[in-house]
Amino acid sequence: MFELFRTSYAYYLANQDRFWMELGRHVVLSGSALAISLIVCIPLGIWAARHPASAQYVINAVGALRLIPSLAILFLALPYLGTGFGPALIALTILALPPVLINVYAGILGVERAVVEAAQAMGMTARQQLLQIELPLALPAIIAGVRTATVEVVSSATLAAFIGGGGLGIFVTRGFALFEPRIMLVGAIPVAVLALICELILGLLERWASPHRQGRAS
Amino acid sequence: MSMIIAESLTKQFSRESRPAVDAVSFTVEPGELIVLLGPSGCGKTTLLKMINRLYEPTGGTLLIDGVDARSLPVTQLRRRIGYAIQQTGLFPHLRVEQNIAVVPQLLGWARPRIEARTNELLDLVGLPCDFRGRYPHQLSGGQQQRVGLARALAADPAIMLMDEPFGALDAITRSRLQDELLGIQRKLHKTILFVTHDIEEALRLADRIIVMNDGRIAQFDTPLAILTCPSNRFVEQLTGANDVLRRLSLLTVAAALGHGRRSAAAAGAVADLPPLRPQDDLRFALTQLLGAGESSLPVIDDGREVGQLTLADLRAILPQTIAAVGASQDGCNVAGAAPQT
Ligand SMILES: Nc1ncnc2c1ncn2[C@@H]1O[C@H](COP(=O)(O)OP(=O)(O)OP(=O)(O)O)[C@@H](O)[C@H]1O
Ligand SMILES: [Mg+2]
Repeated sequence: MFELFRTSYAYYLANQDRFWMELGRHVVLSGSALAISLIVCIPLGIWAARHPASAQYVINAVGALRLIPSLAILFLALPYLGTGFGPALIALTILALPPVLINVYAGILGVERAVVEAAQAMGMTARQQLLQIELPLALPAIIAGVRTATVEVVSSATLAAFIGGGGLGIFVTRGFALFEPRIMLVGAIPVAVLALICELILGLLERWASPHRQGRAS
Repeated sequence: MSMIIAESLTKQFSRESRPAVDAVSFTVEPGELIVLLGPSGCGKTTLLKMINRLYEPTGGTLLIDGVDARSLPVTQLRRRIGYAIQQTGLFPHLRVEQNIAVVPQLLGWARPRIEARTNELLDLVGLPCDFRGRYPHQLSGGQQQRVGLARALAADPAIMLMDEPFGALDAITRSRLQDELLGIQRKLHKTILFVTHDIEEALRLADRIIVMNDGRIAQFDTPLAILTCPSNRFVEQLTGANDVLRRLSLLTVAAALGHGRRSAAAAGAVADLPPLRPQDDLRFALTQLLGAGESSLPVIDDGREVGQLTLADLRAILPQTIAAVGASQDGCNVAGAAPQT
């Protein structure tokens, strides 16, 4: 086992340039997918929370996306979108949408009615209500959604290599093709570490965003 | 000028068979504390929310300080009307001082002015200054209500709307906050609309009471007149107008003095009897009389005895009020009733 790690490390040393390039690509790919999903989901989620009756269908439809395995999404992208960075990005974005959207929606809807009413009664404009009250109160929920999506996207981005999207998955596919576990590990371990780091950072961010909940019993 | 004038104010929610508030008209003078009293679902909250246009009326007109409420931008109108509710609606992510500062900030006050105002308000509602940095969940229910009250008062609005603000509190805290509200009212002379379905609270606080039933005003009068001259059976039952003690609690010793025929025995006052003051209410006086086992007690004002209150005085003043119940309106002039504003 130790021998395996040693040879893996040797492979990394021999291919450093390639490794860092693919790591960068992995991060850019995941980051872009998350950024796009946020840009789409924040306004969509707010709209949905304002119109819960009609939004139900949208939320359910997006929720259903979650049931499709990530691998299937990536391979479904292949015949329709072709190969490369773009299709991989689209597939990963689709993956990130549901948790983000549902948490934005639930976060905004979860703001207590009396609180929104008080904001209104104080004479806040709709915009002030949203920016000063609703979004800050929904923020912990939104970050929790982003956290779920991030872990999912960072690990699934490994699969992007299968459709020519690059990233750390390159080493996994190469190791797989050559029956060389040491090469696979050069991809797999950093992905796991990356996902873990994101999880930790977003966890801290979530705590930071909810000072008013600290020390609360429930 | 009257502060609030409602004319045929109506709210018909869509998909409801009857209006929640049905062509209600009333006038409130500056500095009055008006209590809206009525059973659950009678439209108190709906009426209150039409004043700051959280609900838009579907009919009638509303003048606030002489101006049609619809003619003002709604945010501007609301920043001039304080609003406090039972659920407090405090912003959980903002500290106490930030909660209080919301309206002043919307109005663009300078930092030092907001700072000074926050201190003043914390003092006014009886919260220690080191509470300013706390989050709402770090406060007790009563303390949260105090913050809610301070927030509503922050920009010194002429009108305050309060929807069962003390409804969720225990009896002791509630009565303490009622006292403080009365104190604040005496100091600041706000025009207050206060919703409750607690009759005791209404009698304690109100200059005048609007009794509501099924979206209409059943009676709008002083607490004493409501108790002694309920306009119909509904008001009578709601307020327990037959309750002798409740009625006594609204009359003062001063009003009852010398009503009964003075008996000779009443003259010899004993020094160690608990004295009464002219401003004590008669319910208290009766308790003292019964407790002392005497037929009369001295009434002391400024250290000087101004008379003797006897059980006969109480008996004499009661028939007036009892006779009034259910009788015609002319029977309704009762000694000691607050002058109608
Ligand atoms: N937003 C709304 N949409 C539809 N109907 C409403 C709405 N708000 C209130 N109502 C209805 O209007 C009527 C009066 O309600 P309101 O809340 O004013 O009563 P209330 O006197 O404040 O009662 P409570 O003492 O229980 O608070 C009720 O029948 C209620 O169902
Ligand atoms: Mg109500």
